[in-house]
Amino acid sequence: MPADYTTTPVIEARSLTKYFGHVVALDRCDFEVYAGEILAIIGDNGAGKSTLIKALCGALQPDSGQIFLEGKPVHFRSPMDARNAGIETVYQNLAVSPALNITENLFLGREVLRPGFLGRVLRMIDRKTMRTQSEEFMKSLKFRIQDMNVSVESLSGGQRQGVAVARSAAFARKVIIMDEPTAALGVKESRMVLDLIREIRDRGLPVILISHNMPHVFELADRVHIQRLGRRLAIIDPKQYSMSDAVALMTGAKTLANAEQV
Amino acid sequence: MTTHTLEKSESSEAIPTRSSRLSLLLTPPFGPLLFLFIICVIFTVLPLLRGQEQRFLTVQNFALIFQQTAVVGVLAIGQTLIILTAGIDLSNGLVMALTSVITAGLAVHGFGPRGEALYVDPIVAMLIGLGVASLAGFINGLLVTRLKLPPFIVTLGTLNIAFALTRMYTTTTINGLPQPLLALGSAITVFGARVPLYALVMLVLFFVVWFILRETRIGRHIYAVGDNREAAALVGIPVNRVLLLVYTSAGFLYGIAALLLLARQENGDPQAGQTSNLESITAVVLGGTSLFGGRGHVMGTLIGALVVSVIRNGLTQQGANPIIQTFITGILVIAAVAVDQLSQRSR
Ligand SMILES: Nc1ncnc2c1ncn2[C@@H]1O[C@H](COP(=O)(O)OP(=O)(O)OP(=O)(O)O)[C@@H](O)[C@H]1O
Ligand SMILES: [Mg+2]
Repeated sequence: MPADYTTTPVIEARSLTKYFGHVVALDRCDFEVYAGEILAIIGDNGAGKSTLIKALCGALQPDSGQIFLEGKPVHFRSPMDARNAGIETVYQNLAVSPALNITENLFLGREVLRPGFLGRVLRMIDRKTMRTQSEEFMKSLKFRIQDMNVSVESLSGGQRQGVAVARSAAFARKVIIMDEPTAALGVKESRMVLDLIREIRDRGLPVILISHNMPHVFELADRVHIQRLGRRLAIIDPKQYSMSDAVALMTGAKTLANAEQV
Repeated sequence: MTTHTLEKSESSEAIPTRSSRLSLLLTPPFGPLLFLFIICVIFTVLPLLRGQEQRFLTVQNFALIFQQTAVVGVLAIGQTLIILTAGIDLSNGLVMALTSVITAGLAVHGFGPRGEALYVDPIVAMLIGLGVASLAGFINGLLVTRLKLPPFIVTLGTLNIAFALTRMYTTTTINGLPQPLLALGSAITVFGARVPLYALVMLVLFFVVWFILRETRIGRHIYAVGDNREAAALVGIPVNRVLLLVYTSAGFLYGIAALLLLARQENGDPQAGQTSNLESITAVVLGGTSLFGGRGHVMGTLIGALVVSVIRNGLTQQGANPIIQTFITGILVIAAVAVDQLSQRSR
C-alpha cells in the first residue's frame, strides 16, 4: 500500500524554530509525514534531527512555529500529551524493563484491568487477556514467541529493541517516531528491527526514522528528509539518488540540482 | 531450564536466551525456601544424633518461631517494598520505637503535660500512632522524590530524628498498657499450640502485600520503577507518586509493627528497634530480593525472616553461645548479597 502524498499529512510542521541560548537548533524548519510511509530523517551531527522529533513528540516546546496532527493544530506540553494523541516514540537507549517479561513490557503503564469489581475497585490486572493479546500482536508482526513469560533481560539486544518497537506499534494510533533504533545493534540484530519497521509501515502506520546508517535508510525509506543547519534542505526519493549524493547533500559538499526543492 | 526463543518466522533463526541455572536456583522464594528447609532438617537431626529429646520439630516450637518473627517480619514487609524500588530504609526500627512510645504514652498518660492531661481513648492512641508512622514514611518519601536525595542518606537522617524524638518523649519504659493495646497478644489454639494474634497479623499482612505486588497495577508499577526508572517514566508511570506511596505504606506498616511490639512486650520501650533496620534488611536479602531493585518477592522476605529466627531458635536449643547466631547471620547476609551482585553482573 504506497503512501498517498495528495492527502493531508499525518503530522505537519511549519517553520519550527528552537534556540538553545545562542545556538539555533531548529531554524524555520518544515516537516511532513504521510500515512503509510517510512520517512527517514538524515543529517550531520548537530543538524537538529533530535530537536525536531523532540518537538514532534512533546519532549520539548519550539519557540515558534506550528504542528498539525491530521490538519489540526496541536500543542504538546509533554510526551504524555503526544502519546495520548497517538504518537509513540521509541527511544534510543532501550527503554525496556529488563526484569519484567515480554507481556509486562508491552503493557507497561497501560495494563489491562480485570472486568468488574476486581478491576475497578481492587485494580487487579488481567494477566490472561494481556498474554493472549500480546501473543496475537507479536504474531501479527511476524515475531514468533514461544514464551511471553521470559524476562526481557534474557533476550538479545535486537529482540529487546524489537519489544520496545512492538510496544510502540501496539499503542500508536497515528505515527511512530524512532531515533536511531539500530544504533546499538549488530548486523543480524538490526535486520530483525528493520523487518519489524517495514511490517509496521505495511500495516498503514507511518514511521519517522532517524538514522546515520545510510544502507538502512536507503533500504527502508520511502522518502528521505535531509536536515541541515536546523532546516529541511531537501526531500529526496531514495530510488533516484545514491547514498553518496545524499551524504554530499547533508554535509554541504554538494548543492541541490534536481532534488525536490523545499 | 527450558530455553525460550523469540524468533522471526521466515528466517526461523532461533536465538537461545541466556539461561542461567544460578538464577533459577535463586528465583525467590525457591532458593531461600530450600535453604530454610535444610536448616530445619539440620536442627531436627542434631538432637537425634546427640540422643536429645526432640524439641525443635514440634508445633509449639514453630508457634514460638512465628511469634519471634512477627515484629521484624512486618518491618521487613515495608523494607521489601522500599528495596524493590531500589531504595533502602534505615529508619524503620526507630520509627517503630517512636510510634510505640507515643501510642503507649497517649493511652496511659493521655495528651498534654502530665497532671492536666487530656484523656485519650486507647483506640484513638493506636490510630494516632499509625498516623505518626505513616507521616514519617511520607516525609522519607518526600525527601527522596522532591529533593532527589539518596534513600540511604534520607533515612539515616530520619533514623536520628526518630531516635531523638523518642528520647524527648520518654526515657523510661511506659507500663500499665490498657487492654485494647494488649488485645493482639491474646492467643488462639492452632494444632494444639498457642499462637498469639499478632503472629497471625504478620502472616495476613504478608499475604495482602504479596497479592498487591503480584496482582494489582500499582504492584507491577512498583517493580517497574525499581527495575528501570527511566523506562517506567517514559511509558507514563507516575514514578514519584509510586515512590511516595511506597514510603508512606512502609511507614504505615512500621506503625502496625509498633502495635504488635506493644502487644508482645506489654510496655512502651524507648530502647526498642535499634537494630531492627539491619534485621529487616537481612530478612529481605536472605529472601532473595535484589538490593538493585525490581527483583524479588515479599514471600521470600517471610522466609528470610524465618531463617534468622530458626537459626536463633535452633542454636539456642543446642546450647550454643547466642553470639554465634549473630555471626552466622552475618555470613549469610554477605553470601546472599554476593550472589545478588554476581547475578547482577551476569545480566
Ligand atoms: N538541550 C540542549 N541544550 C543546548 N543545546 C542543545 C540541546 N539540544 C541540542 N542542542 C544543540 O542544538 C543543535 C542540534 O542538536 P540535535 O541534537 O537536534 O542534533 P542532531 O541532528 O540530533 O545531531 P546528532 O546526529 O549528533 O544526534 C546542536 O548544536 C546541539 O548542540
Ligand atoms: Mg540526535
